[in-house]
Amino acid sequence: MRNLFRIYLEKPELAGIALLAVLVAVFELRSGGTFLSPDNLRGILGLLPEVGLVAIGVTVLMICGEFDLSVGSVFALMPMVAAELMERNIGFLPAILAGFAVCAAIGLLNGFITLRFAIPSFITTLGMLFIARSLTVVISGGFPPVLPDDIPSWLFTQFIGPGGLIRMSFLWFVAIALLASALLSLTNVGNWIKSTGGFLEAAAAMGIPVNGVKMGCFLLSSLLAGFAGLIQVLRLASPLPSIGEGLELQAVAAAVIGGTALTGGVGTVLGAIVGALLIRVIDNGLVLTQVDANWFKFAVGALTIFAVVANSWLRRAARSIRIEAG
Amino acid sequence: MSAPIVECRGVHKWYAGVHALKDVNLSIAPGEVVGLVGDNGAGKSTLIKILSGVHRQDAGELLIEGKPAEMRSPKDAMRLGIETIYQSNSMVPTMSIARNLFLGREPLRIGIFGVGLLDKERMRRESVHAIADVDLHLRSSEALVGELSGGQRQGVAIARAMHFKSKLLVLDEPTNHLSVKETNKVLGFIRGLKPQGVTGIFISHNIHHVFQCCDRVIAMARGEIVFDRAVDATSIDEIQEML
Ligand SMILES: Nc1ncnc2c1ncn2[C@@H]1O[C@H](COP(=O)(O)OP(=O)(O)O)[C@@H](O)[C@H]1O
Ligand SMILES: [Mg+2]
Repeated sequence: MRNLFRIYLEKPELAGIALLAVLVAVFELRSGGTFLSPDNLRGILGLLPEVGLVAIGVTVLMICGEFDLSVGSVFALMPMVAAELMERNIGFLPAILAGFAVCAAIGLLNGFITLRFAIPSFITTLGMLFIARSLTVVISGGFPPVLPDDIPSWLFTQFIGPGGLIRMSFLWFVAIALLASALLSLTNVGNWIKSTGGFLEAAAAMGIPVNGVKMGCFLLSSLLAGFAGLIQVLRLASPLPSIGEGLELQAVAAAVIGGTALTGGVGTVLGAIVGALLIRVIDNGLVLTQVDANWFKFAVGALTIFAVVANSWLRRAARSIRIEAG
Repeated sequence: MSAPIVECRGVHKWYAGVHALKDVNLSIAPGEVVGLVGDNGAGKSTLIKILSGVHRQDAGELLIEGKPAEMRSPKDAMRLGIETIYQSNSMVPTMSIARNLFLGREPLRIGIFGVGLLDKERMRRESVHAIADVDLHLRSSEALVGELSGGQRQGVAIARAMHFKSKLLVLDEPTNHLSVKETNKVLGFIRGLKPQGVTGIFISHNIHHVFQCCDRVIAMARGEIVFDRAVDATSIDEIQEML
């Protein structure tokens, strides 16, 4: 039992990885080998960076003890701002930087309001979900801008690798995932993030700048959501104001399925990716095995509940161990 | 004689109308282990929160090793060698012992502006030593603090203070919510301070505990120090009668 608790806290994503393996095997068998075909993998891996990047930001923020429900709207707002500016010929890079500046402003505002007025970030970012979505629609003016032909979309959308299996966006995703993972496990800042979410009072008493840590995580979550939205818009070659709706909940589901604790302090980047991949695999697998696609949300919902129940069961088990030891 | 490690001169503290500290004068010599007793609401926690940089006094002066001290945060106090262990645990249960020991003071392999890569090997090595130094026997410094008992956690907190060469260790009711056995373990850790030359302030509402591990006893009531004497020169009965 004690070992189970250790494994859960140190490698909370293991259960997700096991489930992923099972699902892949089932879908591969039931689809008669289509699931793992290059064409299908290309589809799954092409979409993964978009959900995955959002899930990474949301997970890091959850580890430090806060929520961000505005990511789905920021996902749409960032590329809309960038596309509107590109249409006005200010150039690709300035337009993108302006888009990121908007993301940064939203992330910092989320953090500032949450901390300054001591309200749950769940509420702050729920408000921001509506505000950012509304801004996106207003900016688009009902007529989504047309992306110029000469922008370097290939930086994100080009198929590469053996058999063109992945897109360039996958490399960005892997690089960011490695950096975020290293930040959490190899640096002192990672220690501060985990302690801030694990036990705020203790972290503050040890002189950790807990508010600064939280602001940084809000900022990261917003920036990654915006970047993910940009990648999707470049892939679809059209900035629609409705993209990313419901993505915030998929991201939270991915984090939780990957072992991130809702109470903070526990979670990994790998877990978030496994969670996001599980969601993508379920989505794709259901279609391939000709199950009614409307079961997709049912499956994600059931999986999320199962993951939280399993996690809280493990935590209760852990507490009883502690009492025995005491 | 060397300067007192900590000295309060005419310290006052108000909380929105509550006069929590009234003209507190106090001087603690290096190496002393002082027990601070008093009823709930006497002002003990308020006094040590001022010493540990959590609150600021509204009037009066604070001297650390003879020098006037301005402490705006716990970090400032820690820099001056004052470490505080609170009744509610000051450890993060979801993190390992090694990571907790170095929380906020992580050794870095490379870094700029205080941010960088952890020297995990050094953290592991030094935390094993630190734990052994307070006679705490744990399997590994990679164990999670959440797996430890309450007494063991206080032991790790004390090991942390010792490791960072604190000059003054303040313990605010560290034995609250602990079993008798665990409490005795913590009292043992406190007795271990003196041989290592660490000055201590041990807050407790149990006068018996204070007599088991302190040199000197100070009693507070209604925000004032009402009693201050060496343990050898007084008795449990005398203090109980007065409080
Ligand atoms: N943060 C605070 N705000 C307002 N009043 C406080 C605060 N902390 C303590 N007090 C009051 O100050 C007095 C002294 O409290 P405290 O220092 O906690 O006493 P002790 O630790 O001896 O029990 C009490 O009357 C308490 O109600
Ligand atoms: Mg108290």
